[in-house]
Amino acid sequence: MNTRTKTTARLGVLLAAAALALSGCASTAAPAATTAATDGESVTITDAWVKSAESGMSAAFGTLENRSDHDITLVSAASPASTMLQLHETVANDAGEMVMQEKQGGFVIPAGGSFDLEPGGNHIMLMDLTAPLAAGDETTFTLTFSDDSTYEFTAPVKDYSGANENYEGGDMDMDMTPTPTPSN
Amino acid sequence: MGAPDKGARRSGSTRRQFLLGGTVAGVGAAAAVGIDLALTTPSGTTAAAPSTPLNGSEIVPFHGIHQAGIDTDAQAHGTFVALDLRDEVDRDGLRRLMRILTDDAERLTQGRGALADSEPELALTPARLTVTFAFGPGFVARAAGTAPAWLQPLPAFAVDRLQDEFSHGDLLIQVAADDPLTVAHATRMLLKDARSFTTVRWTQQGFRRAYGSVAPGTTMRNLFGQVDGTSNPKPGTTEFDTVVWAGEGWLTGGTGMVVRRIHMNLDKWDKLDRSGREQSVGRTLSNGAPLTGTQEHDEPDFEAKTSVGFPVIPEFSHMRRARPDDTTQRIFRRAYNYDERPAGSDVSDSGLVFVSFQADVDAQFTPIQRRLDDLDLLNEWTTPIGSAVFAVPPGCAEGGYIGETLLA
Repeated sequence: MNTRTKTTARLGVLLAAAALALSGCASTAAPAATTAATDGESVTITDAWVKSAESGMSAAFGTLENRSDHDITLVSAASPASTMLQLHETVANDAGEMVMQEKQGGFVIPAGGSFDLEPGGNHIMLMDLTAPLAAGDETTFTLTFSDDSTYEFTAPVKDYSGANENYEGGDMDMDMTPTPTPSN
Repeated sequence: MGAPDKGARRSGSTRRQFLLGGTVAGVGAAAAVGIDLALTTPSGTTAAAPSTPLNGSEIVPFHGIHQAGIDTDAQAHGTFVALDLRDEVDRDGLRRLMRILTDDAERLTQGRGALADSEPELALTPARLTVTFAFGPGFVARAAGTAPAWLQPLPAFAVDRLQDEFSHGDLLIQVAADDPLTVAHATRMLLKDARSFTTVRWTQQGFRRAYGSVAPGTTMRNLFGQVDGTSNPKPGTTEFDTVVWAGEGWLTGGTGMVVRRIHMNLDKWDKLDRSGREQSVGRTLSNGAPLTGTQEHDEPDFEAKTSVGFPVIPEFSHMRRARPDDTTQRIFRRAYNYDERPAGSDVSDSGLVFVSFQADVDAQFTPIQRRLDDLDLLNEWTTPIGSAVFAVPPGCAEGGYIGETLLA
């Protein structure tokens, strides 16, 4: 998994050098000279993947881990794969059906703990794909936390027939059938 | 909400289980089994330890110079799936396909669920799972690579009665483990991920003795009751390395693979008495010793004559015909038995999924098969009904993928 830590610019030259040294390997070490790590430096994701889709919507999954001693709030996600991304939770609606909706206030990753993004649960929703997501491709994501720091990771695209929850926020049809449709 | 993950998280817990499992298999088998039973039996009664150590958590390393599943001591269960590439898959598609399949294989063989695995719990018991990929001529052509000269269908042999449904293919996946449930899960996971790139051409399933029935390394028996594979070179020897591993181009560290489905006519075999059976092969049924020896690995004496002057090991015997004078004509066999549902009034549909690995199929395998085609008494009871040749690319390091030497 290619993960790479990025932070806001105020740490300056030292950080730039460190980030350069870190890029390309899944190192978790934060620059040692700084006093406190940013949220972006404290969070990593493992087992990240995105569901393949021809167009429209898709979703990204994985396990966020927080190595710091304080809760961290993920407030937004961005990716070149989609013009808009949302943080979604899956909840029961009034009719008792499981539906997904935007998570108000973001995802809180507990101190020293982890936060699962998984089909049927919390996930990062790609609302409007810019291009087909084909199995085996890789997509980059940038997560932004409440301290404005960011964390970037890449996730492979996989075919998956689950994760077909209804979307409560609108009437968009979420068809994320793998491409192309199997013929056998 | 921010609730700490209640769903069992794969990575962390899996690794701990695996580490514990490794300890169990290695040292404290009896004690750990006791713990396990104490948790599952009603009143903590101490049950006797099983006669063999648990091996569900045993792991075969995935990364390396060579792919696993070749020099790995053959597991009890093997599934072979040949896939055909969809028309629209190009070289870049092949790369994406092999990246995904490599990631699946890497995780599953190490006892972890694959990414997007719907049944990750089934992956927690790898039981020496290996996944081995091999490329048919169509794959190499689609990759615009240079195929070794031998990567093509074998020449037609007179004994062949080949059926298309058991022959050829663009991509072969060999999935093998000591647990059939593990094999089934891994196979399905891989095929789900291959589905948008390929269609299934054929599947063959096979088995050997169950784990724990006989000592590891014991030469297998086929459904004729014969000891089958005695003359195999031993993995880890220079002889094995010479016979198996290729050394040229993108195939360096890989090998050539022949998969043939050999139907065995057990009803006809039943009509043959024991001495006839032993003569047909040139080995004893009791322990596979050559008819001129007493132990399985005794060297046969092809010069030895009976009191009336006939060779003790008959001219027409399988062993004499298969064994070359030319020592470069050696192969490494890794076969599995098959036993399918019989058709009509038959009581069995049995045979061998013959699998052999050799660096050069034309130079090593084909001459042997040609001699057997010309004369081999065993042909009376066996019929090749499927045949395929593949090039097995080398293994990969962490971060790499199988096929990268061809596709990168």
